[in-house]
Amino acid sequence: MTDQANGPRGFAMTRRRLILGGSLAGGAMIVGYAATHPAEIGGAILSGGGKDPPESAFGAFIRIDPDGQVTIVNRQQELGQGIHAGIAAIVAEELDADWARVRVIDARSNFRAYGLQGSAGSNSIASNWDLMRAAGAAARSMFVDAAALRWQVPRRLIEVRDGIVFHAASNRQATFGELLADAARQTPPQTPRLKTPDAYRLIGTDRVRRKDSLPKSTGAQRYAQDVRHPGMLIAMVAHSPRFGGRIARYDVSDAWRVKGVVDAFAIETGVAVVAETTIAARRGREALRIEWDDRAAEKRSSADLQRQYHDIAEGRSDLSPEDFAMRGEGAAPAADAIEFAFDFPYLAHAPMETLDCVAQVNGWNVKLTSGSHLPIVDQVQAARAALTLPGKVDVEVVPAGGSFGRRGILPADYIVEAVRIARRTRGRPVKLIWTREDDLTGGYYRPMSHHRVAVALGADGLPDQWCFRSVCQALLPVGGNAQAVEGMADSPYLSTARTIDGKLYTPDIGVPVSFWRSVGHSHSAMVMEHVIDQLARRVGRDPAAYRRQLYVRAGATRRIEVLDTLCEKGGWGRPIEAGWARGMAVHEAFGTTVGQIAEVRMDGGRPVVRRVVAVVDCGIAVAPDQIRAQMEGGIGFGLSAALHGKITLRDGIVEQTNFDTHPILRMSEMPAVETHILPRTTPPTGMGEPGVPPIAPAVANAALVLTGRATRGLPFAVG
Amino acid sequence: MPIELKVNGRIARVDDDGDTPLLWVLRDTLGLTGTKYGCGIAQCGACTVHIDGQPVRSCAFPIDAVGASAITTIEGAVGPEADAIRAAWVARDVPQCGFCQSGQIMSAIALLRTAPQPTDADIDRAMGGNLCRCATYNRIRAAIHDAARATATPT
Repeated sequence: MTDQANGPRGFAMTRRRLILGGSLAGGAMIVGYAATHPAEIGGAILSGGGKDPPESAFGAFIRIDPDGQVTIVNRQQELGQGIHAGIAAIVAEELDADWARVRVIDARSNFRAYGLQGSAGSNSIASNWDLMRAAGAAARSMFVDAAALRWQVPRRLIEVRDGIVFHAASNRQATFGELLADAARQTPPQTPRLKTPDAYRLIGTDRVRRKDSLPKSTGAQRYAQDVRHPGMLIAMVAHSPRFGGRIARYDVSDAWRVKGVVDAFAIETGVAVVAETTIAARRGREALRIEWDDRAAEKRSSADLQRQYHDIAEGRSDLSPEDFAMRGEGAAPAADAIEFAFDFPYLAHAPMETLDCVAQVNGWNVKLTSGSHLPIVDQVQAARAALTLPGKVDVEVVPAGGSFGRRGILPADYIVEAVRIARRTRGRPVKLIWTREDDLTGGYYRPMSHHRVAVALGADGLPDQWCFRSVCQALLPVGGNAQAVEGMADSPYLSTARTIDGKLYTPDIGVPVSFWRSVGHSHSAMVMEHVIDQLARRVGRDPAAYRRQLYVRAGATRRIEVLDTLCEKGGWGRPIEAGWARGMAVHEAFGTTVGQIAEVRMDGGRPVVRRVVAVVDCGIAVAPDQIRAQMEGGIGFGLSAALHGKITLRDGIVEQTNFDTHPILRMSEMPAVETHILPRTTPPTGMGEPGVPPIAPAVANAALVLTGRATRGLPFAVG
Repeated sequence: MPIELKVNGRIARVDDDGDTPLLWVLRDTLGLTGTKYGCGIAQCGACTVHIDGQPVRSCAFPIDAVGASAITTIEGAVGPEADAIRAAWVARDVPQCGFCQSGQIMSAIALLRTAPQPTDADIDRAMGGNLCRCATYNRIRAAIHDAARATATPT
């Protein structure tokens, strides 16, 4: 930032508060934390440990250089979803900036400057829509005011386009750079006037492109794994092979003898080895001798857990359920109810960049470099681990090599581990690296679950009674287990039922679980969409027509529109080659409705998918090509889980350790994807997750056509 | 005993043990961090480099097996195929998280050098060892075809 563009301090702070305005509504989490940790109230939570960002006359999110370069500060986290493109487009649209002269930098963690920082629930575009439009429009208004003053013309006759401010009648124009000093002195409007969608020149067009494709195609993109500091050490940790195991005895003497090993010591989660190089850390870890105390560890196998889940669902346990979606009297399923059962496994996120974090602890001060997913959580957890205040923790947020939820867990396990190690290295920065084996066996999986569904049909062939028995671990220690049945409890297919009896059992299992891309929808879409196709078949109806009737009854307008477009674009009802079949699914997640039709054949009992047609209603399309990219990626991610995904335990030990025993989708398995975005002017909803849930049931429904057999669980069994 | 490696056209002398995987010498010793660790057992392709033009998984390739061969990493990948591949990758916005893309690009360059106009089956074969958790596979395939067309067109 140059001095020219810096407003007086008082102004800048006022503007920052003004422009941040509404985003603080999301601060409930902070308030909650402060209430339970009263000693930390007093502002320490509200900033970052590093320097506050340079103050700009245009608020926290926009900086403009004298040469006209616009820098947008992205408070969200780039995990692969291309958030830079969408955030920049929203600001640039209202600012009328030159898209080619817009760049994006990532914000450090700083609640006072940027509000609540975290990407979750596909929220990044939705939660920044108003804020970033206001920021862009306010800055634009200041340039218009400056031009009106300089040229002595009415501001309503001034236009802005591609970073140039002009007054057509007098043929005068000036660039942002030329007006910068004057604009910085203007008062930002209290309620900046926003464009209506018909005036958009950038949003919704294919001019909105990723800002990071070049560095991600040259090896230049810097991830946490790539951070190098003078004197930096590399750390690895030997974890208990069983969840909940503790160290009984350990011997680091052999590890000490490995060339390059600097230190080895126990921390809360295992034994850490600190070394000059990655390979020395790995060899040092291999040389550790550790005896584990498994008395409190989870020692059951997946088959044991599955049996137990089935017993629970059948009422053979002392676990009390919570009700969901209850309606009417009479809980027992009708005698002629049709019954379904599903089993889903634990699933690992397995981002390509394994978990890693660079930490440096100097007294009270902590510095982190991390591909954070929830920087505010990482900041608070790092502070707890370092026995300091969150305001002393500086988180440099860098793009993550994938996350899918794994880097966004509330205990921030790997961050805490890095900080604990860095407390021992006396100010030397440490890069903690988890190997792929650590990643796959390290927990925080999508929970395994079991679901029983019984449906009684009315005389009209539509559901008259639904009974659910779901068994699923809770994702969080407090706050209930609603995610386990999201997408079921609120399904439009429940609309015609006179009675609904939903019971959710939440067992306590020693396997840590957490959010996995699309969360509860990752199994609930399979339950609802595969059941609905089977019900349609039972009454001899076309699955699309059957769905449509239920959507009409439920008033589910968006689903009707998605379904109709899907049938048209996906060739529903048209002939297909022998051996192939189409299957469909329509599901809503995080405010976005997605329909998919998969073209499938069976090969040795396993489905092969050649093409998927997808239709999405995600409100106004900000960055259409990134919506398509997320649809492609979501389908690939969901299909990977449906074909291959499972984490299983044998006597408490995870059986999948690397990509040889835990395959993920390969190029030859990826179907062609054709995405249709419904034109909308309503506010945008999320796109990071909603492409995932429909693919498994779409494939299962096609397999049902081909084989006549229902799918009872995922991944699809061979043979 | 230092080991001499020829990396991106330059000679580098390294003190690492001979059984150290090339990946960690590139990343930790030589600071060439464009090549990524993804699995350590040659199953994901994120660490792909060229040794005498052949795509190799550097995470499972000890440096004492390199000998006098020329190592090329993403940072040193040049030539018409490399330029065309990179241009196609950017034009199609192939990357999502981007972490696997160095390896994808190194495999794609090697493919174009042996099969200038690859079929889809050629692509499946040559790229089958490069995993992408974001599932950018369709754009990778399209970008390889784009690059093949671009290199075939006389300029």
